[in-house]
Amino acid sequence: MSPFLLLLAAGAEAAEKGGLPQLDASTYPSQLFWLTVTFLSLYLAMNFIFLPRLGGIIEQRRNRIADDLDQAAELKSQAEEAEKTYHQALADARAKANAIAAETKAEIDSEIAAEQKKIDQTLNERLAEAETRIAAMKKSATAKVSEAAEETTAALVEVLIDEKPDQSVLKDAIAKVAP
Amino acid sequence: MTLLNAIMLAGPMEQFEIMQIIPFHVGNLDLSFTNSSLWMVIGVAAISLFMFMATRRLSLVPGRTQSAGESFYIFIADMLRGVAGSEGMKFFPYIFTLFMFIFASNLLGLWPSIPGTPAKWHTFTPTSHLIVTFALGMVTFTLVVVYGFYKNGLGFLKLFVPSGVPILMLPLITIIEIVSFLSRPISLGIRLFANMLAGHLILKIFATFVASLLVAGPWAVLSILPFMGNVAVLLLELLIAFLQAYVFAILSCIYINDAIHPSH
Repeated sequence: MSPFLLLLAAGAEAAEKGGLPQLDASTYPSQLFWLTVTFLSLYLAMNFIFLPRLGGIIEQRRNRIADDLDQAAELKSQAEEAEKTYHQALADARAKANAIAAETKAEIDSEIAAEQKKIDQTLNERLAEAETRIAAMKKSATAKVSEAAEETTAALVEVLIDEKPDQSVLKDAIAKVAP
Repeated sequence: MTLLNAIMLAGPMEQFEIMQIIPFHVGNLDLSFTNSSLWMVIGVAAISLFMFMATRRLSLVPGRTQSAGESFYIFIADMLRGVAGSEGMKFFPYIFTLFMFIFASNLLGLWPSIPGTPAKWHTFTPTSHLIVTFALGMVTFTLVVVYGFYKNGLGFLKLFVPSGVPILMLPLITIIEIVSFLSRPISLGIRLFANMLAGHLILKIFATFVASLLVAGPWAVLSILPFMGNVAVLLLELLIAFLQAYVFAILSCIYINDAIHPSH
């Protein structure tokens, strides 16, 4: 049975009994009056009390969330700034360390060079000294060899011819053999 | 048995009868407080209690009742803003009250009456009366007409003259538009009233079947069938109680949108 048929059947039955209650116009003033009273009081309560309060808290929450998001964004940018500063500082420190290392190296290099130079100089001096000494020793040795040769020659000559040769002749003869 | 007899004897239309509770006359007018008035008051009181509980301790992190209240608020606000734009929001308190009033009336009227109590204390659905739903439709209609002319002046009449219609068709279309505009409060009223009426009729008739079968000796076993039917219909009616309140509210939003933006 469809609702429509039900409605028709009910309507027919109601018509027998004296009409649908919905069509009884004598109840209209009361229904309209109380509808106005109840609807209007609900409207006023909604308009002035409940909806502003409910809407207010929803708005407040929306603002709070927006504020929190703003704050989060700000904190994020601050963090990024700090990170940037940190990286900058790190790079600066690294550059400084490199500079110090290079400077120290240069200093040490120059120190080493100076020391080297000094040592070289000392060595050269000693070498020169040694050379002069050797030269002197060579000279004196040569002189001693000549003297020994002269003496030997004189002794030989004396033994051979039993005559003491003149000193200067000896010298000339030796010089001729071994200059 | 007397209870069952009472159920069987009462016709399906008796549940809609208006009965005086407190007589009250002003001149010739009968403004008595009736069972209909009582259930309007109960509806408004229930909504107010709910709204009071929802807004009693407001907090940024809402409790259960506040959450429920906010859901209704956001539901209606989004509907109105979606249909009529942010300019329509000045009608928000009206649409919200309208929805809550109809919803409470539809829903509370589905509560079963206590068997055996006098008929005037039975549950009653104020929105099952055409005069009430028609009056609510007329409020929306009046609001649209008054605001439409206040906001647009005579430009509001453009509502009846759609643009881009061939000149020959224009008079006919205009007449159709005017008739459809004027029938809005009637259709609003009849739709809601007929839904409530039909729902309560079916519930009542199924209940009568249950009662008739229960006193029919061995056939009493079969009474479970219309009973199950009634349970199903009641669930459907709960849905319809919400749906019809929603339909009434959203159609009101659409009509209000016409008042704000009359050109098609």
